Amino acid sequence: MGTTNPDLVELRDLKVAFDGVQVLHGIDLTVARGEALGLVGESGCGKSVTWLAALGLLPGKAAVTGSIRVDGRQLCGAERSDLEEVRGGRIAMIFQDPSSSLNPVLRIGRQIVEALQIHRGLRGQAARTEALRLLDMVGIPDAPRRFDLYPHEFSGGQCQRLMIAMALAGEPDLLVADEPTTALDATIQAQILDLLNALRAETGMALVFISHDLGAVSQVCERVCVMYAGRIVEEGSVAQLFSQPRHPYTRGLFDAIPRIDGPRDRLIPIPGTVPNPKHLPAGCSFSPRCPYAVDACGSTYPSLEFQGDGRRLACMRPVPAVTTSGEAKRRIHEGLMA
Amino acid sequence: MIRFVLVRLLRAVITILAVVTFAFVVLRMSGDPAQVMLGPDVPQDAVDAFRRAWGLDQPLWIQYLAYLKSIFTGDFGVSMRDKASALQLVLERVPATLQLTLPALILKLMIGIPAGVYAALHRQSFADRGVITLAIIGFTVPSFVMGLVLVLIFSVILGVLPSGGQDTWVHGVLPTITMSIGGIGILARFSRSAMIEVLGQPYIRTASAKGLKWRDVIWSHALPNAAVPIVTIVGFMVGSLIAGAVVVESIFSWPGIGRLLIVSVSNRDLAVVQCILLIIAAAMVMSNLVVDLLYGWLDPRLRSHAAH
Repeated sequence: MGTTNPDLVELRDLKVAFDGVQVLHGIDLTVARGEALGLVGESGCGKSVTWLAALGLLPGKAAVTGSIRVDGRQLCGAERSDLEEVRGGRIAMIFQDPSSSLNPVLRIGRQIVEALQIHRGLRGQAARTEALRLLDMVGIPDAPRRFDLYPHEFSGGQCQRLMIAMALAGEPDLLVADEPTTALDATIQAQILDLLNALRAETGMALVFISHDLGAVSQVCERVCVMYAGRIVEEGSVAQLFSQPRHPYTRGLFDAIPRIDGPRDRLIPIPGTVPNPKHLPAGCSFSPRCPYAVDACGSTYPSLEFQGDGRRLACMRPVPAVTTSGEAKRRIHEGLMA
Repeated sequence: MIRFVLVRLLRAVITILAVVTFAFVVLRMSGDPAQVMLGPDVPQDAVDAFRRAWGLDQPLWIQYLAYLKSIFTGDFGVSMRDKASALQLVLERVPATLQLTLPALILKLMIGIPAGVYAALHRQSFADRGVITLAIIGFTVPSFVMGLVLVLIFSVILGVLPSGGQDTWVHGVLPTITMSIGGIGILARFSRSAMIEVLGQPYIRTASAKGLKWRDVIWSHALPNAAVPIVTIVGFMVGSLIAGAVVVESIFSWPGIGRLLIVSVSNRDLAVVQCILLIIAAAMVMSNLVVDLLYGWLDPRLRSHAAH
C-alpha cells in the first residue's frame, strides 16, 4: 500500500465547529511521504485546529466532519484505540509552548520512556538506552546525568528538544510541528529549525510546519499552504509562492515583512483584522480587507482550483503574475533572512 | 531541606505560642472562674481563698509566665472542677472523638475525591450537575441542621438508628455521616475544579498526542498534578481530626473533645480549655507542616523553590 499510494495523510472536506460556530470550512490537503509542508496564516485561521482535529485532540464540544485518512485508514469517527495508535506512532505532534507542554511533575526521562513503551514496547534498560540515544540525537548535552531531571530544570529551547525527542520515540511517519519556535528567541529558533531539517534528512519522516513566520517556513518546507479564516486560500511550492504570490492575502503577508536590503520603505500592513468566525462576511472571507476585491467577491466564495503552474488558488481576482525572477530571488532570500 | 523544616518548625512553635497566649488572656478577661465554680451566693473570703489557691490573685503577667514555664515542663495544669490533670482529662476523650472523625475522614476521601474527579471527566453531563448540586447542599447546610434532619429521618421516622449516646458502633453512624457530609461536598468541589484546571493544560494534550490511553493520561499525568490543591484541603481535615466537632458531638451527646470543650468553657475550667486549644493548635500546625513537605514531594518545582 505504501508504495502504491505516496500520500501519507489525506484530509478531505474537513470541517470543525465549536458550539455550532464553524471554524474550519472544508480543508482539502494531502501530505506525501517524506515531504515538508508549511501551513501559514494569522492566529485563529485554523492551522492548529486542522491538525488537532485530524488527531482527535480537540475538546469534546468540537464537531469534526469530513475525511481524515492516514495510509488510507479513516480516522474521522474512528474508535479511540485506533486514534491512540496513530498518535505518536504514525503522526507525532509538538506544540508552541514547550515548557508547559511537558508534564511538570514527571521526570523527563520517564516522559520519553513512556512513548517508547507505548509504540515500541521497550522497557527497563533498553528503553533507557534508547531514550538517551534520542536525547543525544536532539542535542541535549550530558543526557545521562539529566535523564532524571524535571522539565523546569531545562530552558525553553531545550524543552522543545525534549518534546522532539519524545515525538521521535514512536518513529512517526509525520511530525506536526505547531509553531515550535514561536515562544523561543531568535538564535534558539534557528537551532530548532536546523535540528528539524537534520532529523528529517536522517529519518525521512514528513513534516508539517505550522507557523506565521514565512522566513522559518522557507527554511524547512518545500510546499506551503496559506490559510485564511478556516480555509486554504493558496497552495504551491515555496519558490512559487515566494516569487509570485497570487492570492491577495498571500501577497499581503509578504508586503508586511520588512526588507533587509533596499530602501527603508514603510511596511504595507493588511488593513482590518481577521473576521470573527461567528460573523464571517458573505462571499470570500478576505474580500472586506482585499485591495483587489470587486462586487462579485462579496457574494460567492471562490473554490480552491488548480492553476496551470501546479498551485491551487481560491480567488476571483488574483494578483497578476508579473513578478520578475529577480524579485523572486529577493523574496526567497528575505524569507531566509527573516 | 533541613533548613526548610527547621524554619517551618520555628514558625509552628510561634503559631502555637500565639494561640496559647490568646486563649490565656481571653479566658481570664471574659469571666471569673471563682464566681462560676462557687456559685453566686458564696462569701467573699471563700472566693478569695479559691483565687489564692489557683493563683488567680496574682497579676496577669505573672500568671502567664508561670503558665508558660509549666507547659514547657509538660505540666498542663489541673482541672478546677475534677481536680485531675487537665491533660489526662483531655486525652481520655481523644479515642471517642477519633471514633467519629477517622471514619468521617475516610468517607470524605473515598466519596468526595472520586465524585469530584468523575464530575470533571464528565463535564456538563447530568452526573456533573448532580455532583455540583449535592456538593453545594453538603457544605452549605450547617451540620446542626443536617444532624437534626438525619435524626428526624433515621431515628424518629424510620427508627433504624439511635439518636444519641455511645453504647455501640451503631450509635456512631449518624454522627459520622453528619460530620462527613460537609467535607465530602468541599472535597468534591475542590477535586472537580483542580481536575478541570489540569485537564486544560498543554501537557495533557501532549500526553494524548503521544498515544497514551485516556485512562493513563488521567492516572499518570492529570491526577498527580491535581493532587496539590486537594492535599491542601485534606491536610486541613487531618489537622482537625482531634478537634472533633463541637456541634455534632453536642447533638448526638457523644463524649468527645468537642463536648468537653463546651462544658469546660462554660465552667471556666481554665486549664482544660487551654490544654484542648493547645492540642488542637499543635495538631493543625503539624498537619500543615506535613502538607508543606508533601507539596515538595508532589511538585518538584516547589521543591527547588524551597531549597533557595
